[in-house]
Amino acid sequence: MRYVLTAFLFGALIMGVTRPSLAQETKVLRVVPQSDLKILDPIWTTVFVMRNHGYAIYDTLFGVDAEGQVRPQMVGEYSSSADHMKWSFALREGLHFHDGKPVTSADVIQSLKRWGERDSLGQRLFAAMASIQAKDDATFEMTLKQPFGLVLEALSKPASVPPFIMPKSVAETPSDKQIDSYIGSGPFIFKVDEYRPGERVVYVKNTKYVPRNEPASGTAGGKVVKVDRMEWVILTDAQTQTNAITNGEVDLIEWVPADQYLALKNNPKIDFANLVPKGSFALHLNRLVPPFNNVKIAQAALMTVSQEALMRAQMVHKDLYNTNASIYPTGTPYNSDKTSFFTGKPQLEKARALLKEAGYQNEPVVLLYPANFAVLNKFPPVMAALLKQAGFNVDMQSMDWPTLVARRAMKNPSTQGGWNAFITGWNIPDNVNPLFYAPITGNGEKGWFGWTTDERLETLKDEFLAVDSEAQRKALAVRIQERVYDAAVLAPLGEYKQLTAIRKEAIGGIVTSPVGVFWGITKN
Amino acid sequence: MFSFLVRRIVAIVPVLFVIALIVFMMTRFAPGDPAAAIVGNDASAENLARVRSNLGLNDSLPVQFGRWGWQLLQGSLGESFFLKKPVSELIGQRIEPTFALTVMTLVMTVLIAVPLGVIAAWRHGGWLDRMLMGLSALGFSVPAFVIGYVLIWIVALRWQLLPVQGYGRISDGIGPWLSHLILPATTLSIIYVALIARVTRAAVAEAMTEDYIRTARAKGLSETRVLTRHALANAAVPIVTVIGIGVALLIGGVVVTESVFAIPGLGSLTVDAVLSRDFPLIQGITLLFSAVYVAVNLMVDISYLVLDPRIRY
Repeated sequence: MRYVLTAFLFGALIMGVTRPSLAQETKVLRVVPQSDLKILDPIWTTVFVMRNHGYAIYDTLFGVDAEGQVRPQMVGEYSSSADHMKWSFALREGLHFHDGKPVTSADVIQSLKRWGERDSLGQRLFAAMASIQAKDDATFEMTLKQPFGLVLEALSKPASVPPFIMPKSVAETPSDKQIDSYIGSGPFIFKVDEYRPGERVVYVKNTKYVPRNEPASGTAGGKVVKVDRMEWVILTDAQTQTNAITNGEVDLIEWVPADQYLALKNNPKIDFANLVPKGSFALHLNRLVPPFNNVKIAQAALMTVSQEALMRAQMVHKDLYNTNASIYPTGTPYNSDKTSFFTGKPQLEKARALLKEAGYQNEPVVLLYPANFAVLNKFPPVMAALLKQAGFNVDMQSMDWPTLVARRAMKNPSTQGGWNAFITGWNIPDNVNPLFYAPITGNGEKGWFGWTTDERLETLKDEFLAVDSEAQRKALAVRIQERVYDAAVLAPLGEYKQLTAIRKEAIGGIVTSPVGVFWGITKN
Repeated sequence: MFSFLVRRIVAIVPVLFVIALIVFMMTRFAPGDPAAAIVGNDASAENLARVRSNLGLNDSLPVQFGRWGWQLLQGSLGESFFLKKPVSELIGQRIEPTFALTVMTLVMTVLIAVPLGVIAAWRHGGWLDRMLMGLSALGFSVPAFVIGYVLIWIVALRWQLLPVQGYGRISDGIGPWLSHLILPATTLSIIYVALIARVTRAAVAEAMTEDYIRTARAKGLSETRVLTRHALANAAVPIVTVIGIGVALLIGGVVVTESVFAIPGLGSLTVDAVLSRDFPLIQGITLLFSAVYVAVNLMVDISYLVLDPRIRY
């Protein structure tokens, strides 16, 4: 059989008018991204793959290095007044869009305005801003009307919607309409003509890009592209991904599925790299409707959390997770062990007592269960068992992920199609800072799904935004964390390590970053 | 014949209308919100509402259906919610892999299954017949994804002869095109070979008992000629019917096979569209598949006229 097939293929190749492959002509990096790239407007969606696409083709004024420090990127020189109410920024030389036109202050200002209409931190920045004006083609000034302590953090944020800079004509697209031109000034050029959603996304090296002189670190430093072409090969099946990298058909799997971890670990051709940082999972409660509109009942639910049991069930291998009772990621500046009553370990006796004290009447707790979503679907059965042990009447309802995402927007009581609890995941850039972390809201129905009403939490966030010193910010971040637990907004379930698999002998130069970045990568 | 064709073609219109209506209602009544899938995990409720409004999902169902119907009358299948591209363009991008896979599977199936069925009927009850029918029962029983993964493991990973995934467009050369199609087409054809071989065997075996076969043999015709010119020709109607049904079944089969081999065809486009609740895309693809199904049935009916002159419409 083998010889018949070989002869058949040989014949086909001799007969065939095969073109020499691109790999023979150019260095092609083939990447399996975490998911398909479907939406190409960076302010329209917060999905991770969009951020990676954004960082490939666009540039940002500031970046964040591997240690979480803000570094200038498109900006050369910048300064602020003593009271930090007036800022001046000068673009560095050599910045050009992919169509050859220079990047100007007008492009930057219009891009920031469009971003500021959709991003929550951007909205706060523009609300605090009196004006933003171009001084000349390469310099612009920002004047604040109220203190805003996170100007550089906002301009460098890799979370949710980063402020990517695009040409003024593109950025003038209304924010409720998607852009239809994908010209950036970043290190890669997006090949629109080769874009086939569900199949592949193609980029070529921007040969005219002028990188910074510093070494690459995170989204900051010199973005030196070392391949000629990058192809994102869309493979959604975990087994197919493993087969493809084993056979040398792809060079890198951005997110290794947990169930393929051992197979790849034992494969001598494969190595792991930490291209993508770890993230976390969290239990979110609906504080708007019974029974969790009673804060004591909600706190009791948080007391049932056993991070070890939950993470073991979901991630399977101890190498792939760790527990962390803080809402902030391990190793980041605001991570703290001051976590009020929350320990991440089950406190079932306390939970039962609190339920009794709160007068829990055995109301059903509807826990949403995304049964076909491999990234999350081991959590709900374990969470349901923990809640039941404390005395909750759990109704775990099975559905697919799009249904869950739609259902969580419903504010009805759980008996009328609503919900009480669900679990989802977050990436490091999302929760490194309390103002980046979307679900930490206390403004009721205007806030994130769960709609906690807690004025104290909102006040603390406003104070965090206004203060100037890092020490003050750190103290406030800890108080916000304690308030998140006392108001029972959410419970972290633990942190996952998102490994990237690479072909050992072919790939090098991976840059550690809060998002997936592909500059610096070499291919033999 | 002409009036038959006109009647059948006219009858397609209400069939497609009913299908369009059912598909539309199914997408709207199924749980899930495309706007929620678009905005992402940490989007606010305000953003979600804005996107819903932009997509026209807040309009009443008759208005939404009327809008789609008007687009169809103008020759447009609408625009994908996610990709912001015309549905027809997206289908056009994905039709080549599915068409190539379907045609190759059909060719392989017919070339293998019909001779196997004829041989089994010729040696009816003998060891060759039993062996062939046993193998066909096995082929029919094993799911496509199992066959697919076994073939990948042996041919692609162990022998490293063929790629494990993807599709090589024919514009990139015959070699890459063929090398990407062999395993998925083999996977799919194993099931259809089993089905069509069994039907061919039964039809030819029945024909072999007819008087005209005895007459043909009495005339001194060779056994091959008896089998092909007389038995197979008279057994063609049920075989063609099953091949026609097979094409319809293939439409379902390619969804699984395209997933196993990561082929960017209409099957994977369908799965993506359903999972992301991309209503216009789901509607467009389903309508296309329905039209193909109806067209195949029409072609099968027409083929009866050619294969059996006794049939009149």
